[in-house]
Amino acid sequence: MRYMSSKFIDHETDVLIIGAGGAGMRAAISAFDSGSRVTILSKSLLGKAHTVMAEGGIAAALANVDSKDSWEVHFADTIEEGVYISNYRMAELLAREAPERVRELEEYGALFDRTPEGTIMQRAFGAHTYRRLCHVGDRTGLEIIRTLEDQILHRDIKFFDELYVTKLLKEGNRVVGAIGLKLNTGDFYVFNSKTVVVSTGGCGRIYKVTSNSWESTGDGLGLAYEAGAELMDMEMIQFHPTGMVFPPGVKGLLVTEGVRGEGGILLNSQGERFMERYSPKKMELDARDIVARANYAEIMAGRATPHGGVYLDITHKGADFIKRKLPSMYKQYMDFAGVDITKEKMEVAPTVHYQMGGIQVDPETTATNVPGLFASGEVASGLHGANRLGGNSLADILVFGKRSGDGASAYAKSVSMGKIDEAEVSREIERVESLVGKEGINPHSIASKLEDAMSELVGIIRNEENLSKALGIILELKDTSKKSAVQGSLKYNKGLLQVLELQSMLTAAEAIVKGAIERKESRGAHARSDYPKKNPDMRKNIIYKKGENGMKIEWREVPAMPEELKKLVNPEEY
Amino acid sequence: MDTITVSVYRRDPSLEKEGKFVDYEVPREEGMVVLDAMKYIEKHIDPSLSLRWNCMAGKCGSCSAEINYKPSLMCKARIDSLKSGKIRVSPIAAYPLIKDLVTDVSENWALLKRIPKFTPREGLEKPWRISQVDIERSKEFKKCIECFLCQDVCHVIREHNSDYFGPRHVVKAASLDMHPLDAIDRSEFMNKDAGLGYCNITKCCTEVCPEEIHITDNAIIPEKERAVNLSYDPLAMLVRSRRNKGGKK
Repeated sequence: MRYMSSKFIDHETDVLIIGAGGAGMRAAISAFDSGSRVTILSKSLLGKAHTVMAEGGIAAALANVDSKDSWEVHFADTIEEGVYISNYRMAELLAREAPERVRELEEYGALFDRTPEGTIMQRAFGAHTYRRLCHVGDRTGLEIIRTLEDQILHRDIKFFDELYVTKLLKEGNRVVGAIGLKLNTGDFYVFNSKTVVVSTGGCGRIYKVTSNSWESTGDGLGLAYEAGAELMDMEMIQFHPTGMVFPPGVKGLLVTEGVRGEGGILLNSQGERFMERYSPKKMELDARDIVARANYAEIMAGRATPHGGVYLDITHKGADFIKRKLPSMYKQYMDFAGVDITKEKMEVAPTVHYQMGGIQVDPETTATNVPGLFASGEVASGLHGANRLGGNSLADILVFGKRSGDGASAYAKSVSMGKIDEAEVSREIERVESLVGKEGINPHSIASKLEDAMSELVGIIRNEENLSKALGIILELKDTSKKSAVQGSLKYNKGLLQVLELQSMLTAAEAIVKGAIERKESRGAHARSDYPKKNPDMRKNIIYKKGENGMKIEWREVPAMPEELKKLVNPEEY
Repeated sequence: MDTITVSVYRRDPSLEKEGKFVDYEVPREEGMVVLDAMKYIEKHIDPSLSLRWNCMAGKCGSCSAEINYKPSLMCKARIDSLKSGKIRVSPIAAYPLIKDLVTDVSENWALLKRIPKFTPREGLEKPWRISQVDIERSKEFKKCIECFLCQDVCHVIREHNSDYFGPRHVVKAASLDMHPLDAIDRSEFMNKDAGLGYCNITKCCTEVCPEEIHITDNAIIPEKERAVNLSYDPLAMLVRSRRNKGGKK
């Protein structure tokens, strides 16, 4: 039975924020506080965004634990970890502003763990020179989300949750609003907005084994790409070294780097502490790409655990310490795997965790190349380059979330309301309605094929042959997806949602694979077995843009760092 | 193939007067939870089934339902731990039904808006100094993932339709009241406006909390007691107004 919706509900605002994770919420607060009318949309219920799953902490050079830490060192760590293709200005802003954002979060009510002196506690994390991660046990993301949620609820910010945006609306070049489907009522909403911020998170769910939650289907990537925005560094997908491998239902679920930060060690099935061979100095706390590839290599070499992983062992720290410092890891293993991590080793393997690439933005305001469109958080690119430091994503969502709220608000004050093209609205409503209430190819079967192809062919080590195969599959699935439809009505139809999500998932996958083919070198998270070395000619960014005949790709120079910043960073070695 | 039968509540209230349980056959996997079975149905049998799930890891509180009539998170309910042969999955009953397993929990945000927000004491020297032992009490309440299972099991909310905000909201108030640097007291508000008096401490909420928060003992009772002290003991009120609030050192 089809629920016919011939009308839509109108809503006018100054700043429309799509996505209510940490970045979107922080943007909403700053846009509101700078005097704009703000509306925030969320695909899931308010407060459920993927940010709640962030565990280890926020990187901010407060120097509470290691007094030598400074923004300069945090900056250098970020640039080096990004293997010299990060935007220097974004890295600088992150390193300079993260401490203020953390203190502000504390003033909003977040309660961080403390040092004996009563200041905010900081823990060690991979490839951070100093102990830098401010944390709330191992549930830092939940604390951030609740704290920001509280701030949103106590401001006059409009929010619509369980609303899925299907298209950005433009007037000429400029983005002037969006249209979306409210899942719980089946109504269409048309938002007329002076400016739009996209903070929709990543695209990890295009892989089969991922730490990402249900939302992470690259929705904002697709929306912005279709509206003409440039994407960048899409080939850079981070594999987290430690995801759960068992039971099957939670395969890929994150095991926080905090376990290694607090002293956990990695062992293969022969009981060897193998990081001694891969990284004798930094051991388990080397960069994520290095530890992830080491874990992968051990598994491939036949030294895997019974469920196909490696061991992560923290039992030597004692039950009290583990339960206090890693309470949700203790609970996670107990509840899901029946493993007591105070007594037994964990089994872990690499899992898709984060997209470094995304929408290309201006560092100061997070403006995209499309007037009226801004982006922040995981969906934006530039900060992390070829690899992200643990803890830098939570810093990212606060620093650049705030900047995108400020940037969008300032832009909104400089323009008048745009005009929504009603014919375009009608066409979009008709398109969505045409996907429901009829027989069609099951969208989940298409998604599964995509996930399999990405995991098998575009994994932690890549090569030309597999990548070409993957591209063939993706292009085929793009065709198949046009025939996808579901039974039922517009109301709370997650099958319909999966049909709609496929478009963005396939765009993200196509970009990742095309970029991975184009980048004939190994740099950061992007490792090619057929081009195992780094190539100085490729110390550049890859840009992706929608052209008349499909996706266009071009190389672009990394913005040159000013001398005073260059001095802070170790020069790149080849 | 070894399978299990899951009986799932189906109803679209805008079309159907009554709901029905529909049986689905799902392959059994080692270590599987109810959510795995639901995801199988959604993926392979009926994509139009309405249910919420996000993180699959007990961290987001989206997949609340009643499993064999017990309020539970679907992602944490191991099939092998369920006693009865048949598995019945129905929506949480304390909220209006939207469709199938999805209910309208939006009133919770309207209630959260009414609880006075964190209000730091004035004139605090920066950076703030707080000792670790002082954050522990508030920290327990901050584990709340807003799954609303405590609201669902609360018989005051289920049966009496009173003004009581419910356990989740007492936990929220307590998390703020026990913040060591918070300047206001919400207990009077909770008792007068949020209907805390209706709660007769049967501890049902504590039993279903997936985060094992001691809702009754550590949040509800202290909030009740503090309000009583404040209203009946003028000396206590005076003393309290001059030093840190209850529960803080």
